[in-house]
Amino acid sequence: MPKRTDIETILLIGSGPIVIGQACEFDYSGSQAARALMEEGYRVILVNSNPATIMTDPMMADEVYLQELTPSSIAKIARDEEPDAVLPTMGGQTGLNVAQDLKEAEFWEEEGIEIIGVDIDTVQITEDRQKFRDLMEGIGLDQSRSKTAKSLLEAKEITQNLGGIPIVIRPSYTLGGGGGGIVWSADEFESMVTRGLELSPAHQVLIDECLYGWKEYELELLRDPNDNVIIIASIENITPMGVHTGDSITVAPQQTLTDKQFQKMRDAAIKAMNSIGTFAGGCNIQFAFEPGTDRMIVIEINPRVSRSSALASKATGYPIAKVASKLAVGYMLDELPNEITGDTSACFEPSLDYVVTKIPRFNFDKFEGVDEELTTQMKAVGEVMSIGRTFGESLQKAWQSLEIGYAGLGADREDPDRETVRERLKKPQWDQLLHVRHAFRQGASVEEVYDITQIDPWYLHKIQNLVAIEEEIRDTALRDIDERFMFEIKRNGFSDEQIAYLVPEDVDDEDVRAYRKELDVTPVYQVVDTCAGEFPAETPYYYSSYETVNESTVTDRDKVLILGSGPNRIGQGIEFDYSCVHGVRAAQEMGYEALMLNCNPETVSTDFDVADKLYFEPVYWERVLDLIDLEQPEGVILQLGGQTAIKLGERLEENDINIFGTSFEVMDFVEDRGKFTEVLRKLDIPFPPYGVAHSVDEAVETSRNLGYPTLIRPSYVLGGEGMRIAINEDEVAEYVTNILSIYPDNEILLDRFLEDATEIDVDAVCDGDEVWITGTMEHIEPAGVHSGDSTAVLPPYNLSEEIQDTIREYVRDIAFELDVTGLLNVQMVVKDGTVYVIEANPRASRTMPFVSKACGVRIPAIATKLMLGEKLKTFREAGDLDCDLEGYAIKEPVFSWDKFPEVPKELGPEMKSTGEAIAFVDALTDEHFQQPFEMKDLYLSR
Amino acid sequence: MTADTNHTSRRETDPAKLVLEDGTIVRGEAIGTRGLTGGELCFNTSMTGYQEIMTDPSYYGQLMMMTYPHIGNYGASDIDKEAEEPMVAGFIVRSFTHRHSNRQADESLDDFMKEYGLVGIAGVDTRALVRHIRDKGVMNAVISSDELDDDVLLEKARGWPSMDGLELASKVTTKSDYLYCEGAGPRIAVYDFGVKQNILRSFRARGATVRVVPGDTPLDDILDWTPDGLFFSNGPGDPRAMSDAIDRVGRALDTGIPIFGICLGHQLMSLAQDFDVYKMFVGHRGANHPVKNLDTERVEVTTQNHGFAVDENSIHDARARVTHVNLNDDTVEGLRFKTFPGLSLQYHPEASPGPHDSHYHFDSFMDMVADERGVTVPDHPVEPVEATR
Repeated sequence: MPKRTDIETILLIGSGPIVIGQACEFDYSGSQAARALMEEGYRVILVNSNPATIMTDPMMADEVYLQELTPSSIAKIARDEEPDAVLPTMGGQTGLNVAQDLKEAEFWEEEGIEIIGVDIDTVQITEDRQKFRDLMEGIGLDQSRSKTAKSLLEAKEITQNLGGIPIVIRPSYTLGGGGGGIVWSADEFESMVTRGLELSPAHQVLIDECLYGWKEYELELLRDPNDNVIIIASIENITPMGVHTGDSITVAPQQTLTDKQFQKMRDAAIKAMNSIGTFAGGCNIQFAFEPGTDRMIVIEINPRVSRSSALASKATGYPIAKVASKLAVGYMLDELPNEITGDTSACFEPSLDYVVTKIPRFNFDKFEGVDEELTTQMKAVGEVMSIGRTFGESLQKAWQSLEIGYAGLGADREDPDRETVRERLKKPQWDQLLHVRHAFRQGASVEEVYDITQIDPWYLHKIQNLVAIEEEIRDTALRDIDERFMFEIKRNGFSDEQIAYLVPEDVDDEDVRAYRKELDVTPVYQVVDTCAGEFPAETPYYYSSYETVNESTVTDRDKVLILGSGPNRIGQGIEFDYSCVHGVRAAQEMGYEALMLNCNPETVSTDFDVADKLYFEPVYWERVLDLIDLEQPEGVILQLGGQTAIKLGERLEENDINIFGTSFEVMDFVEDRGKFTEVLRKLDIPFPPYGVAHSVDEAVETSRNLGYPTLIRPSYVLGGEGMRIAINEDEVAEYVTNILSIYPDNEILLDRFLEDATEIDVDAVCDGDEVWITGTMEHIEPAGVHSGDSTAVLPPYNLSEEIQDTIREYVRDIAFELDVTGLLNVQMVVKDGTVYVIEANPRASRTMPFVSKACGVRIPAIATKLMLGEKLKTFREAGDLDCDLEGYAIKEPVFSWDKFPEVPKELGPEMKSTGEAIAFVDALTDEHFQQPFEMKDLYLSR
Repeated sequence: MTADTNHTSRRETDPAKLVLEDGTIVRGEAIGTRGLTGGELCFNTSMTGYQEIMTDPSYYGQLMMMTYPHIGNYGASDIDKEAEEPMVAGFIVRSFTHRHSNRQADESLDDFMKEYGLVGIAGVDTRALVRHIRDKGVMNAVISSDELDDDVLLEKARGWPSMDGLELASKVTTKSDYLYCEGAGPRIAVYDFGVKQNILRSFRARGATVRVVPGDTPLDDILDWTPDGLFFSNGPGDPRAMSDAIDRVGRALDTGIPIFGICLGHQLMSLAQDFDVYKMFVGHRGANHPVKNLDTERVEVTTQNHGFAVDENSIHDARARVTHVNLNDDTVEGLRFKTFPGLSLQYHPEASPGPHDSHYHFDSFMDMVADERGVTVPDHPVEPVEATR
């Protein structure tokens, strides 16, 4: 059956602001869905309140509504646009929930709008744990033993019947497993149950048999209107049951089940998917498997596109969201082509000939007092994915991708002592695998580590093998490593940095690289082709490996390499993916071949049809340089990928690799407070009194001279990492000691903190001849709250024309003085009529997508073109710089406090929000303005 | 934790070489038994089921290269065997797991290979080789961990007998006939050209009485047993070189007894109907091939293992109709015959390894037998058939 012609207009619901458990993977799925439906000729109406998304770009849909995702707002849009159908499965739980609310209000029915992509009546079944259990029991699938409790007393009884603690608590109807967890001891039982009951909108929790030590799997499925079901990917969690899958280290495909065990799981998955009503689309099913007994139970079903679907899409090359959207409008799987091979059918199950590893990225440093133990409630803020030919290679690449300073799985620094290793191994933590490695170094056996961690011995053996190779490198002088051994080392994912650390002599990674090239041991690039090489593939989606044949043919076109921003974290997230996607398009429009390098599976920039060539690689120096060696691009664009890309600037410069736009020297220069102050002095621009310190004593001395309160922060960080406001000497000493323990080599910057001042954020673009101020935002909260956590109003609501003129003048002066080509963000405070400049960053800012959306201009695209030599004049004359904003646009921060109940909800100079929403208001009487305005001083901490 | 650091010392490996008849030479490390072996180099894209593949009689005489890089992960087990011993002539992998992890395993894959004298090589860039034969077509090769001289090995690879025109079923068929199982259902006679165990298990699960006979058993001997259905099994080699078998199959078709053929059996039935069979440039070997059932419009993800195929254009409309096609390359995957009760499949409904989407064919055949012969098929579990010890 071809696509449906009885529907013309489709409403697509996004997922709203980024929160833990629901991140930019839904921008990826929403964008794919929008494109797929437009491609089929449907009129697409898209709603999302998140301005940092690609999906809300005007070109992504026929009508884009940057509106809040509430039933009333959706209903209004639906009444205005009169869609024939609504597709609610691309916007995570948020999209599904709002569609469900409207379903209950019989809105869709009354308006004659059909829900496609899901059987909405059964969503409730998959969400209500008791109903889900009944359904699974009905089709003969095994379950964990459990029961729903509506009170603490009931919970106690159930727990007793299940054999007592440990047991698992799962509140019903919450996002990302919010409020759930394992109860290990009697004293935490009451508080956890009570909180679970409070968090659940239905005031019920599920008390579950504890499956500690069971293995966990996830399958990604697609189903068409003819009930054909295919499995796109199998994912095995290295971290055993008990840890939320979003917080687990996972591997695709599954590694340790026999075919018979796996097929049993596949059969169960198909049966389960076909049991949840009548629909066509995607779904994700989780299983637990008990080693030894082969008991296999269904954990949950998500009848929608999920975080794992994004991962599975990137891991296999199969565009799940796109195909799911086409199935939702009536296509059969066998009517769709496999876009990767171009020649075979989309109705197949990808075969991988590589190993994919996903490691979550956490931001515990942002939340003082947070419990770092990983549980059934998701805490990760982002993730990296890596592709290698073997697990060892894939695992080490993933650690290189994380950007937390690791050059692989350890082997790049002193090991911790035995006591620490033993302690850290016991409970699942973010660094558990590192400690597995340490344990092997310290002589532990696989059996011992298995007993403690319950990690499948297959993975332990492979890590033990990495340690064995490591030991051999320790015993070999660099020049004694022969070609064969070097090849083996590199095939196991070791970086040059690790090798340099391990060999007995004092060498650095450049020495290793040079010697390695002498031996002619260099990586090749292989295609992610969905079919293990069986058919030729057309798609330019590559990963590096130390194999024998390079499959990435270098063209003779001029090339631009765009570095992505790596894993999402607080302070650096979806905004930079937005910039990168536009950067790619702009480079293409300028006639360049755009090469994208990134390692974040949740992004649109890593979609295989965005760039001309996609390299799914760590944004890690060695991997970047390897690619530059192959592709020889005309230059690299750093400004779009946040701090991640900027960090590589120095080495690019050292290696004489061209950086498009503002020079690295300037990017580096502005981080140097002394030098930047000289510039401000020269330009006669006021700045708050400041000082620089390298030790605690120096810091105390400096702040005494500056006067309190003092703003303290390390240099070269993003999102206000480690930033604090101190009001006396003791606090200065405490905060500085803290910072130096984390960043021993960083300078400490101290500023006199201006109290009761207004903070201003300005985004601008410069081509060397003129400056385009794209947006001036006034914060509602007073200075001292991190700009990312503030409610920003565009244009300013309470600044005189005169002050605004001064602001613009300062920004222009700075842009010209720094010789900026491309993007510039300047932060200022206004106090008693004086404008002070705090900092300037010549790169993409977090607010840039917000300003782009608010004004309807393509800032990152224009900026990219300027970097590549275009002039602002051209765009001005074409009207591309005209802002169409009427009234005010408000950027509202969104937090994920519910994931960290133990952390105080305070705002300060360190950023804590995970996402943002945009609201357009006509007047300041609007509640989007009034509410934060009234609350502005409430959450300010120091 | 003990201070025993022996655990982390690396394993010593013996060198091995893989030499293709076109002169491609690849170095690697020896796995399984040390020695020299040769055959047609083929690959399989299944990510699981290496032991089933290794013991599948249809692969007799071939060098099997697994495209999934980690092989041996869950060890080897009696229940994963499709024949008593390995059937492939050699085994090629990217990364071999010596220390497996699965509580169902009886031993490591290395031990299993050694037990039956199977020679293999690991550490090979299998992807490069897959792309090589995808472009150049199938070819012969040798694996060796004894003789390592390139010239000698190349000569051996070039001299290795071609699969083309080779009859191999006689090498893997049962030596004598045997009663596999007795059930309350129809009597099925299985012509064994290298039958996979899971085919027999699938009949057993449906209550059949199954008798397995050597591939050269005269038809009359079978008819004396009064079977309700005849089955022509999968197996290795070129079906066009099996004129005696084709003859027998041809005569069987005239008996009016319902007939089911899988893979080689399907090709023999087609040849007996004067349809053409050709050698494919690169065969189908994997567990992810989409096959469309033209009657139901449903798609099955199937297990495939064949280097020969039936030419669609040679199929007489009056004699058969194509019921199943491969969605990747439109090749013929299933036939329903018109002049006698019978069906045949190019792919493997018994899976093992692979998805269970196509088990229903065994039911279709049993229903056909029931209709034609007036016997009852006992109730059987709808669950997919699984091997048991």
